[in-house]
Amino acid sequence: MEATVVKTGTEGKTWGGGNEPLKASYGKMMMWFFIVSDSLTFAGFLSSYGMSRFKFIDAWPIADEVFTHFPFLHGVEAPMYYVAFMTFILIFSSVTMVLAVDAGHKMQQKKVIFYMFLTIIGGLIFLGSQAWEWNTFIKGDYGAVETNGGQIIQFLDKDGDRVALADFATSDTGGRVAQTKEKGIWFMQEAEYKPSVSFEQVKEGFLANDNLLVRLPNKDEHGQHIILSREESIAKLVNDGNMVVEGANLRHNEYGHPLFADFFFFITGFHGFHVSIGVLLNCIVFFNVIIGTYERRGHYEMVEKVGLYWHFVDLVWVFVFTFFYLV
Amino acid sequence: MAHEQAHKLAIFRGNLKFKSNVSKIWGVFVVLSIITIIEVALGILRPDFLVTHKFLSLNLLNWIFILLTICKAYYITWDFMHMRDETVGLRRAAVWTGVFLIAYMVLLILIEGDYIYEVYKHGFIKFDF
Repeated sequence: MEATVVKTGTEGKTWGGGNEPLKASYGKMMMWFFIVSDSLTFAGFLSSYGMSRFKFIDAWPIADEVFTHFPFLHGVEAPMYYVAFMTFILIFSSVTMVLAVDAGHKMQQKKVIFYMFLTIIGGLIFLGSQAWEWNTFIKGDYGAVETNGGQIIQFLDKDGDRVALADFATSDTGGRVAQTKEKGIWFMQEAEYKPSVSFEQVKEGFLANDNLLVRLPNKDEHGQHIILSREESIAKLVNDGNMVVEGANLRHNEYGHPLFADFFFFITGFHGFHVSIGVLLNCIVFFNVIIGTYERRGHYEMVEKVGLYWHFVDLVWVFVFTFFYLV
Repeated sequence: MAHEQAHKLAIFRGNLKFKSNVSKIWGVFVVLSIITIIEVALGILRPDFLVTHKFLSLNLLNWIFILLTICKAYYITWDFMHMRDETVGLRRAAVWTGVFLIAYMVLLILIEGDYIYEVYKHGFIKFDF
């Protein structure tokens, strides 16, 4: 085909292609722009969390009182330690990742294998930790009562310690009766949400025990939840109380505002999804390193690219950690 | 390509120099760990002074947390993601785009959230029952 232009006459000139004005390869640069767009996504999620929090700024749960558990330390109040542990796991797996990238630059296959392996293990430990954290959060801890207005009120004794619903709710009368077909009207069904005690039991137990007080989700100027006097507590529970809430799901949340649980599931879930994808990509590159793909290719840039993604996941966690657990 | 690259081995505006890239990585890890430990300690203690005093309607403790977070983000991006070694053009294309867009969005959205809070508080809607 004589009409086909084979040469453009620009080879070796500025517009001939193959230039790298930013001194980065195509793949690396695209990974950077993917990271920019993904960071905007996360920024959108976190700022919508911020908006909901600013809407209910004086009734937002205090993270220190929500995440107080540590595996194998049952009943020990350990605020923050578990998330701090998760943060260190992720930072450390970032360190091993960057060491793998460094070893890749030096073409040290054995070292790349070793550090990639540690990175994958770190990622798996993080995912396991997150599963445990979700499980603890969903299961709940002391239980609470939701009012007609959707407020969450929690129970304390006179010393200011939290009291679990099961410890004071009367068990003999007013228990929850299962809804069956022959009782009630055809469209009535068994409730989806089944707490272990009924609201009536909680109310009776609360009235019988003079030692108990109600704590509101609203906070004073020191950032602590407001505790009502005994009389106010009784009035609040009897007049406004509506249902028992145990644990957290997308509709009810015993720790405070339901939006807190919604955003917790959504944002940490989306981050956890990124971590899982990161572990998957790391595994693919790990096996490619073992079978020597990058030795034959002559460079380990793939390790670098997947490393960029992995560091980004760490970067996002730094922000999630701050805005969910610290601020 | 991609053999021994030239890394910039100094952090803290050139005040702390490392002999090799590997020792720089461990140095940055130490910096990140120290920042995280400070954050966690402040998060557990919550000194009353920092909680009750405010600057631009955000208490000082939260300002400290946010600034320390940005510090951490800087070291992760600059040293772990090798932004320090990239060309100025790539660095600005990635960082400035994100920083300006996010700052603008956060500002608008938080102002809007605070406005709704005021409406709930002083408006005629009663939701506190």
